[in-house]
Amino acid sequence: MQIPFTVAPRPDTGVNNAKLGVWLFLASEVMLFGGLFSAYIFLRIGAPEWPGMVGGHAYERASDILNVPLATLNTMVLIGSSVTMVMSWASLAMQRFDRYRLYMGATIALGFVFLVVKAFEYGEKFSHGYLPAENNFLAIYFVLTGLHGLHVIGGILVNMYFMWPGARMWKTDPKRFTNRIEIAGLYWHFVDLVWIFLFPTIYLL
Amino acid sequence: MSLKAFHIVFIAASALLSLGFGAWALADGGALSITAAAVAFSLAAALAVYGRRFLKKVARTGYIAGGRL
Repeated sequence: MQIPFTVAPRPDTGVNNAKLGVWLFLASEVMLFGGLFSAYIFLRIGAPEWPGMVGGHAYERASDILNVPLATLNTMVLIGSSVTMVMSWASLAMQRFDRYRLYMGATIALGFVFLVVKAFEYGEKFSHGYLPAENNFLAIYFVLTGLHGLHVIGGILVNMYFMWPGARMWKTDPKRFTNRIEIAGLYWHFVDLVWIFLFPTIYLL
Repeated sequence: MSLKAFHIVFIAASALLSLGFGAWALADGGALSITAAAVAFSLAAALAVYGRRFLKKVARTGYIAGGRL
């Protein structure tokens, strides 16, 4: 059975079903992260000092506790991965499957680099005994960055599927496969955009 | 919104973040912070150039443009 509107736009919505689906999903993600960002704002407004007491020391700035250089590196890694992601999709649109493999591989690799750097950052916190239970600042830091990290893992898994087993569709239905990469790219860009908001909010302000 | 339109939004947001980070680093003071600010401003400029080139490509090539953004 042929599934309708996997590539062609539906007349009533103006977009294909996959794109409508991913945007509805991303809307729910905006609500999820929006709720947590709101929690951050209210915790911060209500706190007499921020980030406050951590490990027996009173800190006045988040950047004194968190590793800003590592987070900056991760920001650049994610910006780079969004460029390689859009290039992988453009390569398919140009019928260049070999270049798609190259760019998608780079996107996956950059995703792993982000996670490794994040693991170093978490390890540094854990070694100092800075755990989520320490105070509200560390609690919201671990929740927001941890949830974002889970989304990065999800994106890597999807991209790995399209890199290897899912890539078989290129031979049978290249238009639909190209559309799938665009959908995966929308999700990946959303995850990157969340970090673009998360980094200044948590680390710098 | 298509991937190419979302990519432009993302690059614009990244360029703004780079500018903001540069300003934050300058306000922080110190030799290392000035270096960080210089890198951040350079990145913002590079992203602006890249975004402009991407926009031009979107307008020029059929496979990227494909009708609507």
